[in-house]
Amino acid sequence: MSKNVSSDRFRKVDVDEYDENKFVDEEEGGENQQGPDEGEVDSLIRQGNVMGALQAVLKNPPMNTKNQALKDRAEGLVLKVLSSFKSADIEKAVQSLDKNGVDLLMKYIYKGFEQPTENSSAVLLQWHEKALSAGGVGSIVRVLTARKTV
Amino acid sequence: MSYYNFLLEPISCHAWNKDRTQIAICPNNHEVHIYKKEGGDKWRKIHELKEHNGQVTGIDWASESNRIVTCGTDRNAYVWTLKGNVWRPTLVLLRINRAARCVKWSPKENKFAVGSGSRLISICYFEQENDWWVCKHIKKPIRSTVLSLDWHPNNVLLAAGSCDFKCRIFSTYIKEVEEKPSPTPWGSKMPFGELMFESSGTDGWVHSICFSGSGGRVAWVSHDSTVAVATGGKNTVISSLRSETLPLLGITFITENSLVAAGHDCYPMLYVYDEGKSTVTFGGKLDIPKQNAQRGMTARERFQNLDKKASSETDKATLESVHKNSISQISILEGDKSKCSKFCTTGMDGGMTIWDVKTLASSMKDLKII
Repeated sequence: MSKNVSSDRFRKVDVDEYDENKFVDEEEGGENQQGPDEGEVDSLIRQGNVMGALQAVLKNPPMNTKNQALKDRAEGLVLKVLSSFKSADIEKAVQSLDKNGVDLLMKYIYKGFEQPTENSSAVLLQWHEKALSAGGVGSIVRVLTARKTV
Repeated sequence: MSYYNFLLEPISCHAWNKDRTQIAICPNNHEVHIYKKEGGDKWRKIHELKEHNGQVTGIDWASESNRIVTCGTDRNAYVWTLKGNVWRPTLVLLRINRAARCVKWSPKENKFAVGSGSRLISICYFEQENDWWVCKHIKKPIRSTVLSLDWHPNNVLLAAGSCDFKCRIFSTYIKEVEEKPSPTPWGSKMPFGELMFESSGTDGWVHSICFSGSGGRVAWVSHDSTVAVATGGKNTVISSLRSETLPLLGITFITENSLVAAGHDCYPMLYVYDEGKSTVTFGGKLDIPKQNAQRGMTARERFQNLDKKASSETDKATLESVHKNSISQISILEGDKSKCSKFCTTGMDGGMTIWDVKTLASSMKDLKII
């Protein structure tokens, strides 16, 4: 086909950016969010206190921040904690969480599904089953409708 | 509890007349059909209102003045009055450039509000000199489609739930039509378009919104499966419940403290609001499922289930609720928002169910409607 001699850069313009009615989420200050404390979580895992590690890793979720590296690091940490549980203990761990904790856990689980690694999906599916029985389909709906994700 | 199936398509919206003998529904097309109750469980179609060019998205029937207002995706609203045995439409110019989504008469029936996809609310009132319905717009700070509306008993405050994830209360005071309103828990200065309250804390489109009978509380349901109640006052407190169910599409107060909501789970549910503790709690499922005869499963069926669904539980593929598809609207039939004895639900299965609160309360032992 013959090449068009005039510029076709106009095709790559994102017209939505120029729409004056475009919905922009309100900016909420989230610069202080550090994500879960890596040192604390690692030491708890080494001690064998997996329940404590779960509580610790679900603190300070990096929800409002735009720092992608921070979010990835938090997700990796959560995955480490979830993988260190024995299958039989998962249910008890989920029962120990409150409603907000179950919702947050669901968010991390689905984030983990997005980037599967060698064994992560199997572990995450076990956790998903237990979290679903604790939080119901409502917790999954909240993962889908959340404006700010972990 | 009685269920009547009008049609095979979803019922887009419905409204009852004053003595609850007639119901106006939109059968998922451009028309409005009015059915009359004919003894027992029979309904006969007596009128067809054909004027809209797009799907009718909202119907409201004014009880005292016997007028019907309808709005549709054709960006129009019509006020219908009964002349003899025929309903005659009057066009209302809403001046919107997107579909109208919901419409509600005010308690005194001298105004009505229309929510639309143009990110604004049209407040319409009748101007005597010109013999014509005129409208005023409330635009700021709405940033997306207005999905639901409800009026405060004082005829001035209007609650609006919108797709920008917020529930708001506006003042719609129009000096040509009414007196200055007295102060309410939501504020005392109420010029037209004043924002009295804006919610925060819930994500998800606000599907339905409802003032309590006294007007001191407002409840809304949003698409992130939450139910929230706010009590007006110097410091407005918002209490919300993250539900374990699918998102709810309709909500109404049945007493000052109890709410009934229904949605994609196809059955209505009771929620109880405690102002002192500022909590909303789940009160119970209000559906009475028919008990299916439990037939034992053969070993072959058990293995098939295990193979297909990874579980050997009994067949749960059929829906046990009365409605077979999502419930889209709840309306109060008998009583009012402070003490309701019957309410009605219509849904996407084309069915309408009438629920009796006393029967539900007695059949569910731990159901408490306070």
